[in-house]
Amino acid sequence: MSEIWQGLTAAFWLIVSLDADLVEITLRSLQVTLTAVVIACLLGMPLGTWLAIQRFRYRRTVIALLNALMGLPPVVVGLIVYLMLSRSGPLGALNLIFTPTAMIVAQVVIVTPLIASIAHQAVREIWSDYHDLLISLNASKPQRMLTLLMDSRRALLTAALAGFGRAIGEVGAIMIVGGNIDHVSRVLTTAIALETSKGNFALALGLGFVLIGLAIAVNLGIHALGRTEREGRW
Amino acid sequence: MNSILPLSVRGASVKRRGKTIVGPVDLDLAGQGMTIVMGPNGAGKTTLLRMLHGLARQSGGSMTWNQPLAQAQMRQAFVFQTPVVLRRSVRDNIAFPLILRGVARKQARTQADHWAARVGLAGMLRRPAAVLSGGETQKLALARALIREPELLFLDEPTANLDGRSMREIETILTEAMHEGTRIVMATHNIGQARRLASDVIFLYRGRVHERNQAVAFFDCPETTEAAAFINGDIVE
Amino acid sequence: MKHLILACVIAVAGLAAHADALRLAVTTSFSNSGLSDILLPEIAADLDLQVQMLVVGTGQALRLGRAGDVDAILVHSRAAEEAFVAEGYATHRREIMYNDFVLIGPAADPARVREADGIGDALARVARTAAVFVSRGDDSGTHRRELSLWTQADVDTETADPAWYRAAGAGMGTTLNVAVGMNGYVLSDRASWLNFANKSDLEILFQGDPALYNQYAYLPIDPARYPHVKNDLANKLEDWLVSDKAQAMIGAYSIDGQTLFVPNATKDGKATDG
Repeated sequence: MSEIWQGLTAAFWLIVSLDADLVEITLRSLQVTLTAVVIACLLGMPLGTWLAIQRFRYRRTVIALLNALMGLPPVVVGLIVYLMLSRSGPLGALNLIFTPTAMIVAQVVIVTPLIASIAHQAVREIWSDYHDLLISLNASKPQRMLTLLMDSRRALLTAALAGFGRAIGEVGAIMIVGGNIDHVSRVLTTAIALETSKGNFALALGLGFVLIGLAIAVNLGIHALGRTEREGRW
Repeated sequence: MNSILPLSVRGASVKRRGKTIVGPVDLDLAGQGMTIVMGPNGAGKTTLLRMLHGLARQSGGSMTWNQPLAQAQMRQAFVFQTPVVLRRSVRDNIAFPLILRGVARKQARTQADHWAARVGLAGMLRRPAAVLSGGETQKLALARALIREPELLFLDEPTANLDGRSMREIETILTEAMHEGTRIVMATHNIGQARRLASDVIFLYRGRVHERNQAVAFFDCPETTEAAAFINGDIVE
Repeated sequence: MKHLILACVIAVAGLAAHADALRLAVTTSFSNSGLSDILLPEIAADLDLQVQMLVVGTGQALRLGRAGDVDAILVHSRAAEEAFVAEGYATHRREIMYNDFVLIGPAADPARVREADGIGDALARVARTAAVFVSRGDDSGTHRRELSLWTQADVDTETADPAWYRAAGAGMGTTLNVAVGMNGYVLSDRASWLNFANKSDLEILFQGDPALYNQYAYLPIDPARYPHVKNDLANKLEDWLVSDKAQAMIGAYSIDGQTLFVPNATKDGKATDG
């Protein structure tokens, strides 16, 4: 128990003193995760929307598959991405292994099914409401997709924040593809894993509290920007 | 500009799971005025309107417009019984059909303001459409339908759930639109409303056009027993 | 979108920074000792070389070497190293230093390991009393050494009862955490133990047997096998590690007054016996 208190104290001093290492790994955590979430949104949201409105033969199978991918163990994703990006792997010439870019790739793979799934569910509900109206107004398919995306924006924001939460706390995949190299690919979660393995529980907890605080700050910021919880707004 | 009417319907029907909901129907739609589609609940009024507008899949027969189908689809509008509002402001809801057409946002919004004023929603322009009452929502749907100045306007029981005042306001707007040249086809089970508004009446019974006549003739001398019973206010099964 | 591309460019460019960079896979026991924290800044200063350390188990270090994802490895598992060279993945192995393993256990010492007359006897006592023993279980250098010691003590770990023989499948630090949690015995390298922050009720119960000596070697990946590896830099680093300065630093490194490593690099690179 005393370690939890020590952890809080450690977190406090790290932040207040703007510890250089802490700042570096925090910025890198944000850089990797935010980039991955943005890419995952760009991939997942149109995919989820398209699946909601386009009828085709194996649609139900694809949707089930997408939902199942949400449960993909990050470590497995990390392993597969490592094998792809390894110097002796198919994409080795890109020289991406053990860089933050490799970590972004792994996190995109992990987070995209999550965002696509939530987006799909949200859009599906709005589509069943808007279906007749949009057809009556002769909206083209791209117009329908844009309208649905636009009007689902609150739910899509939730999807993006869910993706962010998943990615910022992820450690298994980025440990493998990033290598947790000091000053190159070390982020908050991998640093926590390292300190834990060295028995430095107080420091590990401290970093953990910083991570939680970061996630809360990002969420609050997004909600403030989006001005949710105002009268009658969606 | 060439009109999309007359519309000529021959033997058209809508089937679902082997059961015929509407049809076969032979129908001509032309000229001016307001056609009221009447009939007991379950007669297929909604399905008939949806079929004519292209929302229900036609299972047989033909529908021939005076223009190619693509043009015909652009010059119609539909007001649903429970209109759907988009998750936006009232103004953006009304402007939406124009935006879809490619009209510039500013111009679309100006026209939306004009139409909102016509239906009496001028004070609600910037409010989110979700806060509107039932009557206000119907007016929004009407403005949204009329903003494209359609040649043909379908309405499915637009005042079914409204109070007297809202009903009167909407009937006034519809009459104005009709006088401005919009051809209107409206389903209702309110006999008084039909008497007030109809130029001609289509009486629908068990999915088929049971009787069709000019309004005065229909109400004074209905030709079929079912129509007479219905006008009388009896239950028609 | 612009920011995204910029971020990506910076991320990739970060590697092509001013100093030369070398990727070195090292074992967890080497990193946990704290020696790398002393050496890396000196290397950067003397050679203008940024050593990017990947801290993994011996098995994974060898795997990374086989894939050509690192430029050199530093491990402590002689048999595996010699096989690695024989297979053509490394040009040679160069001995740098050695430390020793110690047998850690609860202060109460239920297996009476303190009274053992050799590491074989000590382990036999643990097995006889079926006292909880936590193994690395991860095919690392430490793990392989542990297994060979069990063999010498005539204990078959394959058939050992998991009630007392627990394979953690993890690095040194995590395995120590598990041992602390279970109040059990564990074999660790001295350096990792001294630097470990969560000792709780455990202490060193047996040490000093020559069978516990642990040789570290440096293996540069063969450029004939992987032309892209930075062999020049790897050789530069090797020369530095065997230099008088580095060897002195290694020998001087201590925790709580205890020196941990004995530098034993030879000028001609000849390996020690056994």
